[in-house]
Amino acid sequence: MPKNGSKGEKNSTDTVLNLQSHTFRHGVHPPENKEETNKLPVRQFPFSPLIILPMQQHIGAPSRIIVKEGQEVVRGQLLAEANGYMSVPVHAPVSGKIRKIAKVPVISGQMTEGIYIETFHYSGQEVNEGIPISLDTATPEQILKGIQDAGIVGLGGAAFPTHVKLKIPEGKVCDYLIINGIECEPYLTTDHRVMLEQAKDILIGIRYLIKATGAKQVIIGIEGNKQDAADHLSKLIPADLPVTVQVVPVKYPQGAEKMLITSLLGKEVPSGGLPIDVNAVVVNVATTAEIGRLLPHGQGIQERVITITGPGVKKKGNYLIPVGTPLRYVLEQVGAAENISEVYMGGPMMGVAVSNLDISIVKGTSGIVVFGEDNIPKTEKIFPCIKCGACVDACPISLNPSKLGILAKSEGYDTMAEEFHLMDCFECGSCSFVCPSNIPLVQYFRLSKGIIRKRNAEKTAKANV
Amino acid sequence: MFSKTLHISTSPHIRQGMSTDMIMRHVVYAMMPLVIFAVVSFGINALLVIVTAVASSVLTEHALCRWSGKSSTVSDWSAVITGILLGLTLPPIFPLWMTFLGGVVSIAIGKFVFGGLGSNAFNPALVGRAFLQAAFPVAITTWHPSFLEGRFYSISKSVAAFPFSTPVVDGISGATPLSAFKFDKVTADTADLAFGFISGSTGETSAVLIILGGIYLAVRKMMNWRIPVAILTTVFVLSWILHIIDNQVYPSPEFMLFSGGLMLGAVFMATDMVGSPITPRGVVVYGAFIGLIVVVIRIWGGLPEGVMYAILLGNALTPHIDNLIRPRVYGTKKTKS
Repeated sequence: MPKNGSKGEKNSTDTVLNLQSHTFRHGVHPPENKEETNKLPVRQFPFSPLIILPMQQHIGAPSRIIVKEGQEVVRGQLLAEANGYMSVPVHAPVSGKIRKIAKVPVISGQMTEGIYIETFHYSGQEVNEGIPISLDTATPEQILKGIQDAGIVGLGGAAFPTHVKLKIPEGKVCDYLIINGIECEPYLTTDHRVMLEQAKDILIGIRYLIKATGAKQVIIGIEGNKQDAADHLSKLIPADLPVTVQVVPVKYPQGAEKMLITSLLGKEVPSGGLPIDVNAVVVNVATTAEIGRLLPHGQGIQERVITITGPGVKKKGNYLIPVGTPLRYVLEQVGAAENISEVYMGGPMMGVAVSNLDISIVKGTSGIVVFGEDNIPKTEKIFPCIKCGACVDACPISLNPSKLGILAKSEGYDTMAEEFHLMDCFECGSCSFVCPSNIPLVQYFRLSKGIIRKRNAEKTAKANV
Repeated sequence: MFSKTLHISTSPHIRQGMSTDMIMRHVVYAMMPLVIFAVVSFGINALLVIVTAVASSVLTEHALCRWSGKSSTVSDWSAVITGILLGLTLPPIFPLWMTFLGGVVSIAIGKFVFGGLGSNAFNPALVGRAFLQAAFPVAITTWHPSFLEGRFYSISKSVAAFPFSTPVVDGISGATPLSAFKFDKVTADTADLAFGFISGSTGETSAVLIILGGIYLAVRKMMNWRIPVAILTTVFVLSWILHIIDNQVYPSPEFMLFSGGLMLGAVFMATDMVGSPITPRGVVVYGAFIGLIVVVIRIWGGLPEGVMYAILLGNALTPHIDNLIRPRVYGTKKTKS
């Protein structure tokens, strides 16, 4: 077990450790619903005749467009460059012609800057090669730059620029690199398939990541419902890599960075801190595979694996879909029911409901779950909080959601933040999931956090005047 | 294609499936054996008392909701629970007009003035019962033997007493085991206590049925099992110590556990989610406190029974317990309390 950096245990190559007893506090067990897609290999999705690419697919500044309307582009070509450090570029997901540069709809309901590309019908869709980042000669900085240039963001759903996350701050040391193959969201099976089908890319990706972070030990964390992936990966780990595969109990939100660190290392990330404060860096397994696949060729992200499932679609499966493919096109291709009534992007616990089918697939889209009219979950009546404590027993960071919910209703935002640690909440939704009174607790907390952040920003602004 | 308006909701998009009205309904199910046993042992009088208590609670809740312009909350079943609990804690020949008044007070003073379900500081049924105990001290301590012949058709004069008249006590009335011990130092057989072949309030006599109801709810995760366990353990340990010190003055721990309203209170009243602490550790403190007060009142107090006051005091302490006992939040240092 990689505890306290015991260096004697390096080179444990083909180990699959089962840590059934070692886990984070609380958590919930939603129905997994993964069996319908977890045996289906990833299939290439057809190229949509029209690609709609938003420039804001990541956390940070939107990418700056460098192409012109009417210009012909090749698949993999740079279309927009990173606008500063906290930003990543966007590459052409198809070979085609820029039809227009205009506002495009995104999932939040807003319109942002974007590019419309008409796909060339009979193009071979060969990918443009760039300048390779050599694993042997590149410096850590060059690798981080390469990751940024490839447009890589966290593919688990957060879409946080990966190069920013991998940058070890001055004075900190990265002992543990944790590869997150947990995928605790029900329905989703993309990481599962990536681990089974792209193990080679993952291992190359790990080599790049070790070089970039200086990590001494690598742990691939996998939930117990993907034992096949754990066995597969551990068989392929070469002797020279300090990598172990650890299987952890199935429990939501095991895949949350902080929870995974606690499960694997037995440490807690300090409140308001980052994983690096406990000498760890956590990277999603699909992101790792993408690094391993793209960097040797100097390419950028053009597509990603997405699970399409739910009672509202006929052809459920895991698909490799070009970024920018319109959602409406995706739904038509997979035989979505005519009467679809609810679609969300991501899993059912943290995914975002779609209000407009004209939005498109972005880098952070891990799943699309579709419900027909007959099977949308019915809206339950909201009762007052009866203080049953189910939320207290569910919260993975031991907050008191019941109390926070009551405070939110009475607008006691300062008390929520200062006395009841609201800002530590990462909105996993466990409290709302278990609440028998159907109180939309997470929604209260999202709003409250937004109000508190705004107030704090105003306070800082005032102080600076 | 895809012309329907999309349904938008915020995450999480799935729910565990337990709902508040479902929990309440199952609590009612868990109490049904007690109601049936009450009718079997005390006959039609007990049935009338329980039905009256439920009817008055539900009617009061409905009327108050209407009066305050809200939609009726009767369908959440909580008023039904209050009514049944009130009925189960009253003597089997308690006058119906007093029972009705108790239901009104339970809901109006015990729940509505606090803001309805979820906001009540105290268990509403116990508020109603405390009112009845203060207002009608004689009637509420007029006991009646169980398993009398003719209990299924003869309605007691006391039960049918005209509103605001003093009830006539029938020829037969019997002491409860607790009062017999308190005033005459006579203890009852533990098996009789456990199975309910004794006198007492309508629903408190059969400890076995109460425990079965509690297990039913605990297995369904609709009741915090730590509360009854903490209360009963505390009562057992304290009375055991006292019994060792002097077994003539202090009753045996088994007698303490199975007599009076302790089982009913520990399993169905102290566990009212609204009035009990929210954390596992807080709940243990709360249960231990209630157990301590029960022993103190029963042994040294002027009353034979103290469960009602012990739980009401426990309810009063709950906000303070929740304030003092807070789990350590992930990634923070131990908070000083």
